[in-house]
Amino acid sequence: MTALRMKAISKHFGAIHALDDVSLSLEPGEVLGLMGDNGAGKSTLVKIIAGNFRPSHGTIFINDRETVFHGPLDAREHGIEIVYQDLALCDNLTAAVNVFLGRELTRSFGPFRIMDYPAMNRRAAELFAELKSETRPKDKVKSMSGGQRQAVAIARTRLSDASIVLMDEPTAAISVRQVAEVLNLINELKRQGIAVILISHRMPDVFAVTDRIVVLRRGTKVADKRTEATSPEEITGLITGAIEHA
Amino acid sequence: MPDRSGVRSASALDVAIAHQTHSVAGRLLSQQAFWIFLAAVIACVSLSLATETFATSQNLFNVTRNFAFVGIVALGMTVVIISGGIDLSVGSVLCLSAMVMAISMNAGVSFVLSAALAIGVSLLVGAVNGALIAYLRIPAFVVTLGMLSIARSAAMVLSDNKMVFQFGPDEDILFWVGGGSTFGIANPVIALVLFGLVTGGLLNWTRWGTHIFAVGANEKAAILTGISVRRTKVSVYMFSALMAGLAGILEAGWLGGVTTNLGQSMELTVIAATVIGGANLLGGAGTVFGSIVGAALIEVIRNCLILLGISTFWQGGFVGGFIILAVAFDRLRAYRDSEI
Repeated sequence: MTALRMKAISKHFGAIHALDDVSLSLEPGEVLGLMGDNGAGKSTLVKIIAGNFRPSHGTIFINDRETVFHGPLDAREHGIEIVYQDLALCDNLTAAVNVFLGRELTRSFGPFRIMDYPAMNRRAAELFAELKSETRPKDKVKSMSGGQRQAVAIARTRLSDASIVLMDEPTAAISVRQVAEVLNLINELKRQGIAVILISHRMPDVFAVTDRIVVLRRGTKVADKRTEATSPEEITGLITGAIEHA
Repeated sequence: MPDRSGVRSASALDVAIAHQTHSVAGRLLSQQAFWIFLAAVIACVSLSLATETFATSQNLFNVTRNFAFVGIVALGMTVVIISGGIDLSVGSVLCLSAMVMAISMNAGVSFVLSAALAIGVSLLVGAVNGALIAYLRIPAFVVTLGMLSIARSAAMVLSDNKMVFQFGPDEDILFWVGGGSTFGIANPVIALVLFGLVTGGLLNWTRWGTHIFAVGANEKAAILTGISVRRTKVSVYMFSALMAGLAGILEAGWLGGVTTNLGQSMELTVIAATVIGGANLLGGAGTVFGSIVGAALIEVIRNCLILLGISTFWQGGFVGGFIILAVAFDRLRAYRDSEI
């Protein structure tokens, strides 16, 4: 079974071909590195997977079933969760409330529905333990490290039992120690059979966690290689165009 | 590959996750509302010692009633400011509500029906504010500044700019609600406590309240997590207008007459009370308790000057000083936190 398969996907904006005949597939528990220079088509591809754009041509299969996304919520319902680059966290709320933001748990209190903080804290603590992250559910996100913030954003994706997690530059703006924490989180998702697409510019991170690397250049796929069968030098060459194809 | 999961035992991780970072005392000390409360208590205690007139039941009755109106309006303002907005129209909405109430009762309509009408008009003004801000994305400052003019103008048009002081058959009810007292406490003060509890409950214990904090802190995040940001915004301005409208009804009853300059420049006092109480004008922070204490502190300062025989012209100076001091204090703490 493949978690995600994209067949001959193209996306045109008027005369501009943002993506041209791109195919890729992703197994459960596989980590795919998506690389490419600015304007290579990475974000267009991500937005198609996230349901923000409809492809001009091509088909998407989720768990081997052909699927059309009508919007981001639709993609979410099909088990695709996105960890945004800026993480979409609210500093003034606790880690647990951030995890549940938009789908808070409530309990009845007389005729009213009130927030069920104990249940949310408990569930968030379980998720953080699953992710092996030292993140305290009752602490405000304001005082948290970059790694802990990532854990909160990733814990969110675990609420809905997502089968595919898209991570957009999760290690772009954090310290070396925190990068290690984030890579651990990705390995933890992999161990639980979740397919991860990692979009990153940081070569060492991509080589540390991915199973396969896809390189896009000017809207076309120029490489799709197992990580152990390639090297940072080759990938750099493919990204810049010094190496035409692999 | 860095993987510490094997090194760190599962139980140690659980302990770390369950660890409580802040003690209750630590959290209390980090609240601006607590320090303002302390300042207000110190002011009250020293006034009680310095004068014989402050700690009399009559003076305390007057002080609490005087800040009740500002306090009630400040509850709505707190909610708006937490959401990252501002509502400059509250003083005018208070006036419009009081005027609708007065004209309606003057025409012989019952208290309950008139109150419903006044609240309905207030909610409508709030809904218009909210819709313009949320759907047309006009800055809240501009929309509510415009509404400040429009609502007061509407009150003038409705009343032909005349004072209304006869309230028909239910006059006594209105005077009791706004000017009376229960168990020795002025009714507006009881209303303030009641509305304060409701507002506090809504902010801290409902999804609505959580969404308001989220919208104020990071609107983009709120949108991405599926919160209906626009509806939240509209509801926030409706809530603010509701509080202003309720305060207008109470104030009409207390004064026993309504003129079109009721609530003039009240928005500034209300915003001052909210900011002194720890609300952040950039959004995302504020407390009901802080805003009420802020309103109280402003009134205590005024009362203090009167009792000590100092010209009340100094009041603005003291209130202004407190606004800047309170925010400076907050900045200082934020600066210290960022250093760590």
